[in-house]
Amino acid sequence: MSEPKLKPEEFAEKISYKAPQKSWRDPKVEFKLGSFNYSGIPKNVEYLKLPNPRKWQPTQEDWKLPENWKEIILTGLKERLNKFRSLKVFMDICVRCGACSDKCHYFIGSGDPKNMPVLRAELLRSVYRNDFTTAGKVFGKFAGARDLTIDVIKEWFYYFYQCTQCRRCSVFCPYGIDTAEITLLVRELLNLIGINIDWVITPVANSFRTGNHLGIQPHGFKDSIDFAVEELESIIGIKVEAPINKKGAEILFVTPSADYFGDPHYFTLLGYLTLFHEIGLDYTWTTFASEGGNFGSFVSHDLMKSLNTKIYSEAKRLGVKWILGGECGHMWRVLHQYMDTINGPADFLEEPVSPITGTKFKNAKSTKMVHICEFTADLIKNNKIKLDKSRNDKWKVTFHDSCNPARAMGLIEEPRYVINNTCNHFFEMPENTIKEQTFCCGSGAGLGTDENLEMRLRGGLPRANAVKFVNEKNGVNFLGCICAIDKATLPPLMDYWVPGVQVGGVHELVGNALVVKGEKERTTDLRGEPYQEKAKEEIESTIEE
Amino acid sequence: MNLFFSFAALLIIILLALVGVEAGNLEYLFGVIIPYAAIVFFLIGIIYKVIYWARSPVPFRITTVAGQQKSLDWIKSSKLESPHSALGVIGRMLLEVLLFRSLFRNTKVELKKGPKLVYGSSRYLWLGALAFHWAFLIIVLRHFRYFSEPIPTFVPFLQNLDGFLQIGVPILYITNVVIVIALTYLFLRRVLDPKLKYFSLASDYFPLLLIITIALTGILMRYFTKVDIVSVKELAIGLFSFQPIVPEGIGVMFYLHFFLVSVLIAYFPFSKLMHMAGVFLSPTRNLANNNRMKRHINPWNAPVRIHTYEEYEDEFRDVMKASGLPLEKE
Repeated sequence: MSEPKLKPEEFAEKISYKAPQKSWRDPKVEFKLGSFNYSGIPKNVEYLKLPNPRKWQPTQEDWKLPENWKEIILTGLKERLNKFRSLKVFMDICVRCGACSDKCHYFIGSGDPKNMPVLRAELLRSVYRNDFTTAGKVFGKFAGARDLTIDVIKEWFYYFYQCTQCRRCSVFCPYGIDTAEITLLVRELLNLIGINIDWVITPVANSFRTGNHLGIQPHGFKDSIDFAVEELESIIGIKVEAPINKKGAEILFVTPSADYFGDPHYFTLLGYLTLFHEIGLDYTWTTFASEGGNFGSFVSHDLMKSLNTKIYSEAKRLGVKWILGGECGHMWRVLHQYMDTINGPADFLEEPVSPITGTKFKNAKSTKMVHICEFTADLIKNNKIKLDKSRNDKWKVTFHDSCNPARAMGLIEEPRYVINNTCNHFFEMPENTIKEQTFCCGSGAGLGTDENLEMRLRGGLPRANAVKFVNEKNGVNFLGCICAIDKATLPPLMDYWVPGVQVGGVHELVGNALVVKGEKERTTDLRGEPYQEKAKEEIESTIEE
Repeated sequence: MNLFFSFAALLIIILLALVGVEAGNLEYLFGVIIPYAAIVFFLIGIIYKVIYWARSPVPFRITTVAGQQKSLDWIKSSKLESPHSALGVIGRMLLEVLLFRSLFRNTKVELKKGPKLVYGSSRYLWLGALAFHWAFLIIVLRHFRYFSEPIPTFVPFLQNLDGFLQIGVPILYITNVVIVIALTYLFLRRVLDPKLKYFSLASDYFPLLLIITIALTGILMRYFTKVDIVSVKELAIGLFSFQPIVPEGIGVMFYLHFFLVSVLIAYFPFSKLMHMAGVFLSPTRNLANNNRMKRHINPWNAPVRIHTYEEYEDEFRDVMKASGLPLEKE
């Protein structure tokens, strides 16, 4: 990953919230390297049977759009207005009060006014007014209407791929206008004329074919789980069971594929394996639905549904009772807010009951899918597992609420309860940056690419800055989170803005602290690093004093 | 430019009324025909718009959750910020509509050297908006003393409450002061905050200026250029009983006030002012966060292309077999 040339202080000094001279009505966008994503490769666009597969890049003048592109977009917009009340209402009722204007992480990190949620929405609203409202038709630009031109399409591409669908703005909006909804629908529209990005299209194609976004085939999946089992054995001295595609298991476990292929996700995977072994869970992994993360949800409702189908159909095929889901952000937005609607009813499953504690997860009685933090919090509350907090003593932990678990689910106290029971040093970041007001990692919804690094560093500034605050104040050196994109994209962000802070999952902490029956004396944590190196050093230094 | 356009539009409206009544003697037009037309526009416009919104379904339950979900029994859920029942949703909507809950959250970000981001609480917008809306509502309700005979009992109650300071004759209403201050603040922030000015449209300035002018003409009439209040009530009662009469000598200031109100009423359904109705239909606020408890139905749940397990196994059977994974078909 190429590092930006500027030092953090200099980089931040160049951010200005002053409004530019140029009116927002001017759609011209300069595609600066580092601030946009490359286009979807034709092979995968074709594989997904999406419109207009071709070679093109945003920096080129000619985007090779179909001749009737404008008609396609306007027809598509009309169709969506008729299908989504949200879209109609959000187009009509904004009063431009400005409450959202400084709530977006991309605005805070870039100062670009079109990253204010209000203006991001106006980019579409202006076209809506022009073609779908009386006021717009009569008063034109005085009513805020704009013609749909090729430049507007390019502007949409630029700015609707500078939104991570984190929904922070929607919390502050007096009418709850949800930019994520607008962004998703505009991305759908752009997709109709073949405009998309590769870091969405290729993962979607991979997920469609192999079940996971990395394109790992079933034997590769098995290899990596087997490898994790071996590695865990070297740490805890026990070879745990990790059944794959096992029919008749009680529970199906679905987690983002990065958990078994990415770093630091991997340590969370080791945490899951340790936990499931210790409680003797009758569960199974799946190769067919080997991706919890739904890249389809970054680009269209149809693709979201298409990928999400796999989870229920695999649960049905394997004959499990219910489904447990791992740590992931956008995945949980889909599971919580969409899955039951798009692919339910899950009447072939049973209402989830913890086989260990007997607790009924009444909050998941229809969807039949439980979040791992809910599951583990219940285990801890019922004293079903033994945790040695001191094993995480080298970490001074803070918790980054991942956007969607916080703002789509309200999963706020469960992870905190788990963290507080697995470590001795936990510090909250400032209140305007956590819980329902949490800041995005800056790289969600398909934007976590290397080519987009500058924009990611900008978007990640508010989160990183809050970490810096507790890093300086409390010596925080571990940023806990429950999202695969966080785990992938927060480390480079930390390296740039707050060097020295490690990123890891909540279940990595669980795996470290969990006292496993019959385990050998652990000398390393799940990262393979000496257990209490820092803690020991501290003790030694106090003795010397 | 947008601001200029709004001023110009307002000026034309004022001139129309003044010239129409003073020079044209068009009292009947401004006192009867236009108000009736405005009400027709208002009612048809609002009904049309609400039906237009309601015709589109709510395919997904996309609540914006702002508090702890209801999950495990021993974790206290936030019933108003993450409502899981109809009652909770009603509570959340009431907080939103009556007290502007979300605006109350407002913060202001500052980027300091370091870099260091600071989030200050910023409740002036909330205060200004709340003051304006409540003052406006009370003023409208107070006006029922003109519309109906006998005067509804809530009117004297409101008048007493509103005038409890007992300053001056006629008694100064607090809401009259509040609405002018609040509107002036809301207008000034739009003009003076460069960020706001950058994205403000003519349709943002216009209603503010219009309502300020309505308030000012009303105040002028009450405290300074008196109009014949008995005749005004005669006209109003006539309008409401569909037996319109135009008494002589009401005074031009009334017609100006009345015309501005007519414009506001007629303009309402075609503008952002429809947020008044729309907020009730916003799916991120008016739906419960009970997604996993209760299935939400999408009436158009579209069929999509899927990749079945059978297709998957067909493609990967050999490698699955080689690595010992169970198969459906050998």
